[in-house]
Amino acid sequence: MTISFDQIPHLDIDPFSAEMIAEPYDMHEQIREAGPVAYIPKYDLLVAGRHAEVQAVLSDWETFISSAGVGLANFRHEKPFRPKSLLLEADPPDHTAVRTVISRILSPKTVQQLKELFLAEAELMMKRLLELGTIDGMKDFAEHFPLKIFPDAVGLESDGRENLLLYGDMVFNALGPRNELFEKSMERYLPVSSWVMEHCERSALRPDGLGELIYRAADAGEITHQQAPMLVRSFLSAGVDTTIYGMANTLLTLAQHPQEYAKLHANPALARQAFEESLRYDSALQMIFRTSSRDTELAGHSIPGDRKILAFLGAANRDPRKWTDANSFNIERNPVGHMVFGTGIHGCVGQVIARMEGEIALRTLAKYVKHIELAGPYERHPNNSLRGMRTLPLKLTPA
Amino acid sequence: MPIISITQNDGHEVSLDVPVGQSIMRAAVDSAISGIIGECGGAAMCGTCHVFVNSAEFAQLPEMHQNENELLDCTATPRRPNSRLSCQLRMTEKMTGLKLTLPERQQH
Repeated sequence: MTISFDQIPHLDIDPFSAEMIAEPYDMHEQIREAGPVAYIPKYDLLVAGRHAEVQAVLSDWETFISSAGVGLANFRHEKPFRPKSLLLEADPPDHTAVRTVISRILSPKTVQQLKELFLAEAELMMKRLLELGTIDGMKDFAEHFPLKIFPDAVGLESDGRENLLLYGDMVFNALGPRNELFEKSMERYLPVSSWVMEHCERSALRPDGLGELIYRAADAGEITHQQAPMLVRSFLSAGVDTTIYGMANTLLTLAQHPQEYAKLHANPALARQAFEESLRYDSALQMIFRTSSRDTELAGHSIPGDRKILAFLGAANRDPRKWTDANSFNIERNPVGHMVFGTGIHGCVGQVIARMEGEIALRTLAKYVKHIELAGPYERHPNNSLRGMRTLPLKLTPA
Repeated sequence: MPIISITQNDGHEVSLDVPVGQSIMRAAVDSAISGIIGECGGAAMCGTCHVFVNSAEFAQLPEMHQNENELLDCTATPRRPNSRLSCQLRMTEKMTGLKLTLPERQQH
């Protein structure tokens, strides 16, 4: 049933059209300037695009719940397209025990132990890329590096890892409507679906990886043995495409801002901050959804229960109410508080490892490469909720 | 608005207004208090909003969740018995006048 929200500004936009996915920034502004909350009739959907409201929605898990799905579909009325994620699509108390286990497995303590391995891999990659000189920043760098180190850390074998990209692409398209993008990505994923699910099983994972730690938590009775493969699935779906696109967007942004890259090259210690600022500036995950659990209020607007609301992370990250010169890329700003990892109890559980991947990649790049520039036109990879990349021709000049 | 006091590791003491219901980390970051980073935005994931609580007041704070407890084991400055993550401390009227001291380092 469509309810008219008379007091809430209506926006005649389609965030999932090819044009908006390709270039969302004018739409972000339109959403933010319409008001703290707006209504998109086409999808019967509320949207928040300002930083304060995005943060408020994501922080209040009791009013804006996740168990009815974190995409456009309302699982109270529609069947989920896959068994629900135990982390992403769950509320406390169910969410709590699972989150506690996964938080521990991906805590700074565990992640620190992977640092040397990640560094060694980044060095190897950089040496090879410098020999090439001109590279596809997408395949050779942004995809290569996370697809090597993260599944290694989880304990996955080397063969067939590109199947994870098809899974991730489908999962993130599924946050949007059942449009052609979703259907096509589902078609591409189906032939490899059994591969992905089989590789969530204990027998497919190395005994010294993070995946095995999930199974040990099941052995210890903290979670059930039925939950364990589902949680490995969460690692494999949430931890690959997101990081890859975060890195690809960072490379593009640095190539487009040579002065900022020069600062990074001069001071590689800025790598962590530069990665953060890139995530803010061109957010790999553009949106996440919640569902109102009851009649409530947001920024003075009354919102009935059981409504989907889109939290536009990418728009919040460019909100001039929050950020000085929001549309400029400045690796020396303090980007803390950007929303690309979400916030609150559902804040990305893999953010520690993602940040370390990004920091190490950029630090190594900054050490060996003097200039990074576009070597031709780049091509984006369209996805309903991710800001992706398909090809990114780059020329690297050695230091 | 309740006010708390924060002693930075150079000995400098600042007072901070924290709206009731907001986390101390969020108020500190919004006021650009140096020495509290809050990199993860309050998800209890990064351990960069570590604070030491004045011992007399420590016992009156809400109990910590297991996540916070485990994360305090991997802070850049080792934990002490009065360590907390300020993202997990939601302000109440009762916490007015709370005295916090910042650790030497927040990042490894």
